[in-house]
Parts: sequence; structure tokens; C-alpha cells
Amino acid sequence: MYILVTKEVSKQFGGIKAVEGVSFKISNNSIASIIGPNGAGKTTLFNCLTGITKPSTGQIYFRERDISGLPPHKVAHLGIARTFQNIRLFSDMTVIENVMIAQHTRIRYGLLGAVLRDRQFKIREAAIREKAYEFLALAGLEDHADTYAGELPYGSQRRLEIARALATEPEILLLDEPTAGMNPSETRDVMSMIKTIQLLGKTIILIEHDMRLVMGISDWIVVLDHGVKIAEGTPDAVKNDTLVIEAYLGKETTH
Amino acid sequence: MFFQQLINGLTLGSVYAIIALGYTMVYGILELINFAHGEIYMLGAYLGIILLAFFTASGLTEQSLLLSLILTSVLSALFCAMYGFTMEKVAYRPLRNAPRLSPLISAIGVSIFLQNYVMLTQGATDKVFPLQLGETVITFQDVRMTVTQVSIIAVSALMMLTLRLFISRTRIGKAMRATSQDKIMAALVGIDVDTIISVTFVIGAVLAAVAGVMVAVYYGLVNYTIGYIAGIKAFTAAVLGGIGSIRGAMLGGIVLGLMESMGAAYVSTEYKDAFAFVILIVILLIKPSGIFGTDLPDKV
Amino acid sequence: MLLPFKGLESALILFAGLALGLTAIFLIGKLRIPTAAWNTIPSAASRYKTPLIISLATLFTVCPLMVNNYYTDVLIMAGIYAILAIGLNVIVGFTGLLNLGFAAFYACGAYTYALLNTKLGLGFWVCLPISALFTSCVGFLLAVPAMRLRGDYLAIVTLGFGEIMHLILNNWDSLTHGPNGITGIAPPMIADTSLSDLRYFYYLVLIILLLSLMVIRRVELSRFGRAWKAIKENEIAASSVGINTMKYKLFAFAFGSFWAGIAGILFAAKMQFVSPESFTFIESVLILSMVILGGLGNTYGAVLGAFLLVLLPEVLREVQLYRMLVLGIGLVLLMRFRPQGLLGIR
Repeated sequence: MYILVTKEVSKQFGGIKAVEGVSFKISNNSIASIIGPNGAGKTTLFNCLTGITKPSTGQIYFRERDISGLPPHKVAHLGIARTFQNIRLFSDMTVIENVMIAQHTRIRYGLLGAVLRDRQFKIREAAIREKAYEFLALAGLEDHADTYAGELPYGSQRRLEIARALATEPEILLLDEPTAGMNPSETRDVMSMIKTIQLLGKTIILIEHDMRLVMGISDWIVVLDHGVKIAEGTPDAVKNDTLVIEAYLGKETTH
Repeated sequence: MFFQQLINGLTLGSVYAIIALGYTMVYGILELINFAHGEIYMLGAYLGIILLAFFTASGLTEQSLLLSLILTSVLSALFCAMYGFTMEKVAYRPLRNAPRLSPLISAIGVSIFLQNYVMLTQGATDKVFPLQLGETVITFQDVRMTVTQVSIIAVSALMMLTLRLFISRTRIGKAMRATSQDKIMAALVGIDVDTIISVTFVIGAVLAAVAGVMVAVYYGLVNYTIGYIAGIKAFTAAVLGGIGSIRGAMLGGIVLGLMESMGAAYVSTEYKDAFAFVILIVILLIKPSGIFGTDLPDKV
Repeated sequence: MLLPFKGLESALILFAGLALGLTAIFLIGKLRIPTAAWNTIPSAASRYKTPLIISLATLFTVCPLMVNNYYTDVLIMAGIYAILAIGLNVIVGFTGLLNLGFAAFYACGAYTYALLNTKLGLGFWVCLPISALFTSCVGFLLAVPAMRLRGDYLAIVTLGFGEIMHLILNNWDSLTHGPNGITGIAPPMIADTSLSDLRYFYYLVLIILLLSLMVIRRVELSRFGRAWKAIKENEIAASSVGINTMKYKLFAFAFGSFWAGIAGILFAAKMQFVSPESFTFIESVLILSMVILGGLGNTYGAVLGAFLLVLLPEVLREVQLYRMLVLGIGLVLLMRFRPQGLLGIR
């Protein structure tokens, strides 16, 4: 059963083709990685998947429903959440508030309830807070609930962003370079967090440069170069693909 | 009637255009709406009227009208240039990395300060000094135009031409264009971005000062509030032409001046000032990039 | 020698003063003010919350009994401005949408009551919700097209709207009596008692201010307030966690304008007279300054800002003439040294 299917997705900016005719299928509850050299169109593809940019042509199906061109908040409601390459936290809000924001779109109450603070409001606010703590615990941040997000160390900010994405209760989690700029121990923390998230039944799609992490964790890998998909398959298959070695791994391993 | 309004509109429009240049150049480089730019124009006009009165009293105007006008413009431009320079240094430079709304609020502060300073020292009423230019009226069939009107259009055209040449030919001009495209890259190739920004403010201030002097001569009266209205209209002109674009500001000024004088003549005098605001809002909503502007994708 | 200005002397003062002032500001620019001392204010305020509230409540309850009519009048104005400021704070402070035409919404509330009362004879209490809701709708309708714009462009559109509103009020003689304004507006009545007595009116404003504060605080601390703040901090992130940013921005505009409508009707009922002069661009800037001075996004800060900016010029009579001058310099200095305002934390 494929949870996410893209068909010939392309995105052009002016004359530049950032993504060109990319098709792939992602199985439910798997970990997939999108790799490729800088400027291969990985982030643009993520932006198309989450509605931040509209694909110029092509379709994206989430559980067989066409979601191409839907606005980001609708995509989030349907069950696709993401993190960003350059962390986008609400830095002047506390850690718990960051996660509560993502939660509260799942649990609703009206304006009047908020003004009168009726029973429904209190029950729901308490539920939001409680759930938010669960997600913080998953990210190992439950002790920092009242810290301002902007004051967290870098590695914790990355984990908080993942926790916030999880708090929207998605089925698919898109992580844009979750270990960028991290030291080995921080990277291990994130890897085990990703594994835990998979155990919760979620599907994860990663953009990642750390080849050891990608090869070790992924069930499926899609390789992009200059906006075009040049290969896809299991880590072993991709590792031995001549096109991939030429376009990407070959250059990388000579460093 | 139509040609008469055409002349009036052109005169008004060329003034808007040269003020608009100041907005557009600063926006091009700093992405800041220099809200206080209109006040520089107001200061220029005050200086214009004060200096003209002074030269007239000292008898210079009688000997050589041209010389006294030139002296007035140069002195006024000089002072306003200093002011533009200091304003950037004091109110905007420290906020270069602040959230985007901070410099805008600072600019509003400068604008209010200047308006009230001038009001307190010069009084809230109109300052009148009708210069006896011995107005020669040029009549062409039914259309009458004064020497002043012709001079304003000519001087404006000359200044715009000079600015274009300056920006396309000189080193500093090229550095300005580079800075407006990419500040970091410009700094990397050795351009002193701070100096370029100062130069931009100074040029804008000089243009506004001359516009102020011309208006002071044209109407023979100034008031401390003229900067606010003229500023918004010039900003509208800049947006109309495409903010950041120099030829856009020129064209936008002329178009706005024409629309306004035609609107006042054929539609409604009371709502004369409303045309600019309506045009501004409509342009921003329909095509915020204006005539010559370009749309850039948001960065993610 | 009859020069058209106050004389050469005043001209010299103008330019010498400007040069001096600028040098002074320039020198101040080199100074550093220690921030630690400032930051104790908000934390101290939250630590002594209960005694602070009790003493403030007592103070404001007995105030009109202690001071003369003039100061009661000033306090009423401070209260009306406080309602305006906390309303504008929803738009600018919570959601980060700069609104430079808030006086237009204030005018909207005031004129709605003025017209409904003088033309149709409707009373204050009937008009209170009508004015507020109507102003709220106007805010919403302006926001629908304007929300597509970002940052400073939005600010300019709201400014343009403010100016257009001002021009309409000035020129639509048959409806608004132009610059002469509308006179003979009825004060509020409770049973058969008119609240035109300043003391009664003071308590009316105080109660409405407290109610507004309570409602706004509660909305701020709900999912609505969190959504607004998320949009202000990072719109893309906000939309990617499922917030319909357009919807919440429109809501912020409508909700913030609502309070301008309330303030407007209070103003009209207090003055029993409205004219376009009260709703200029400077008025918008003044309200904005209150919000910024108190601390963008801080509801209590906005109230503090409003009281400071209304009361200070009254207390320091000598500076009243220089009020706007000081406001201008103040805005520049505030942005330079404490952009988060008095009660802002960071």
C-alpha cells in the first residue's frame, strides 16, 4: 500500500526548472530518503509536497487523494507535517507553546468558549497541554517546557521542530536535513528519535546529506540530480547504481 | 482646458517624479519606505522661501534673478543633503538588522519630529513669499504656461537625465546598482555598502530639496504639512512605476501628476487628494510590482 | 524689511537647533544603556501581581473622587485610548500586521453612533454593539484584499485607507457636515440618569476597559492568540502546522477593529460632538506609539503606554507644546534602544 505517490511533478521558477517530472511511490510506515547534490531540487520537492509552492505540473496523491496545489494548512490537516532546513521555530514563544500551537488545530473550541472559559474550553486546553508534554517527552525536552524556543541549543531546536511537526498528528513526516550541523552524538539522538517515530506507525521522508545515516536507516531512497530523478531503490541498489555514483556519490567520496 | 490641465499635470508630475526617485532609490537598496523623505522636501521648500526672501531683501534678486535662484537651490540642497546623511546614520543605520517594521516606525518618528520642529520654530500658518518673477506668460493658442512651469519641467527633466547618466556611467552609480541587487555580494566584491547607502540618501535629499525650492517658487507659500502629503503622493508615484525602478519613478510621477490634475478638473476638486490614495491602494492590490517592477519568489 | 517668516533669527534657530539636536542624538547613539535594569520591570510586575492589581484597582476606583473635573476628563481620555491601544495591539502586536490607519476605525465607531443617534434617535446602549460590529466588519472588509500584501505595503494601504476615510468625513457634507462635524450627540443613559457627569462617565469607561481587557486577555491565552503569535513569528511555519494564516489574519483585523468601534462610540458619547479633526494620521501614529511604548504584543503594556502618553503631557504642562516633537524623537530612540517597549521581555 503506497501512502504517497507523485506523478511527473515539475516546478519552474521563471526559466529555471527546479524539479522536472519526478515520480515516486512511498510505502506506508516506511522511512524513505531523498538524496542528491546541492541544488538538486530536494527542498523544492518538499515545498511542493507540503503546499508551500504549487507544482507547475504533475500530481501528488496522499492516500489516493490528489493534494497537489492545496494550501499548506490543508495539507497539514490531512496529515503531512514537516520540518525546515533552516529551522523555523516560533522563537519568542516557549517550548511548550510551540508544540501546543501544532496540537490545537486538532482540538477545537469556539471564540465564545475562550472568552467565557467554559468547561469545554478547560477540558480541551488541558488535553492540548497534556498531549504537548507527550510530544516533548519524545524529543527529550520535557524539562525545558517553559524555556523560550529561541534560547534552546541548536540540537534541541531541531528536535523541538520535529516534536512540533509530530504534534499535528501527521501520517507522513517530512524532515528537511534533520541532522545538518549536528555532532555525532546529537545525530544519534535524532536517528533514534526517527526510529521511535516509525514505531508509532508514521511514514518518514528525509532529506539528508549524511550518507551513513541515510544508508543505515532508509527503506527506500530516491536520488535527484538537477531536478530529475536519476535513480530509486533500496539502499543497496542505490549504492551500486552507476548513474548515482557518477552524479553524486563518486564526487562525494573523493573528498 | 485639456491642454491647460496637461501643462499643470506635467508640472506637478515632474515634482512628484523627482521626490519619488528618493523613495525608490532607498527602497531599492534597503527595502525601507523612508517615511521622512517628504519632510526633506518640506525643509527644502522652507529653505527655498527663506533664502529667496533673504536674497530679495539683500538686493541680489534684483541684480540677478537667476543667480539668486541657483544660490537658493544649491544652499537648500546642501543643507538637505546633510540632513539626509545624518538621518540615515541616526535613525536607520543602527536598525539595519532589526525586524523590518522597526526602521519604518523610526522613519515615522523622524517625520513627526521634523514636522513639529518646523511648526514650533516657524509657526503653524502658511509662510507666504510671492516672488516677483515678472511672470512672462507664454501663450500658445489657448494654452497659457508660465516661465516657472516651463522651468520646473525643464529642471526636473535635466535632473532625471543627470541621475540616469550618474547611475549608468559612474563608478558610484554602478556600485549603487550592484548594492541594490545584492548587498552581500556587493560587499564581497569590495563595495563599501555603508558609503553607498549614505550616497543614496544624499542624492535623494538633494533631489527632494530642489523639488521643494521649485514648489516654493511656484506657489510662493509653504506650510509644515506639505511634506506629508507630497511624500505620500511621491511614494504612490514610486509604487505606480514599480518601486526600486528609477525610470518607473519618473514615469509614475508624471502619470500621477496628470491623473491628479485631470481628476481635479473633470471629476472632483474636493477629492483631488483621494485620487493618489485610491491609485496607491488599487496598484498595490492588483499589481504591487508596478509598471517596471519585478516579482520575486518568496524564499523558503 | 518685511520678511515673510518670523525673522532671520527664527530661521537661524531652526537650523542651528536641528544641527544641535542631531548631534545630540548622534552622540546618544554611541551610548549603551544597560538592559538588565529594564528587564527587572516585567518580572517584578509578575511577582507582585496580586498587590499590584489591588492597589491599582483601589487607585482607579477612588481617583475621580480625589481629583478635579479636568483630571477626570484626562483619565477618561486615557481609558478610551487604552481601549484603542489594546485593540490595535491585537493587529500589530499579536499578529504583526502594521496598521497605520487605526484612527479610521476609531472614526468609524464614533460616526456610527453620531449618525444613528442624531438621525435615527437610537440610544447609546443599542448603538454600542452596532458600532463595534460595524467597525469590525469594515476592518474585515478592508483586510480581505489587503491581506495579500506583506509588511510595509500593508502599512501603506492602511494609511491610505485612513486618509480616504478622513477625506470622506471632511467632504461628504450632507451626511457628516464636513469639517464642522456632528453636534448634539446624546450621552449614555441608565434608567433616567444621564451619564454626562464626568464621574459617572469615568466609571463607565473604567468598566468597559476592564471588560475589554478581560476578553482580550482570554482570547490571547487561547488557541486564537497562539495562532496569531505564531503567524507573527513565522508565517510559513504557522501554515505548515495547520494554521489557516489568511483566516486568522482577517480575524485579527476584525477583532482588533471591534475595540476601535467601542472606543469610538465612547468618544462620541463623551464629547457629544465628533469632527474629522479627531481622526487624523497623527492620531493613528499616537495610538501606535502607545502600543509600541508599552511593548508590542503585551496587552498590559498597551494600557500602560496609553496612560503614559495621555497623562505625561498633562502632568508636565511645560512640555505640552512639544508633545509631538518629543513623541517623534521618542519613537526613534525607542526603536534604537528598546524596540520591545517598556514591558517587553526580549
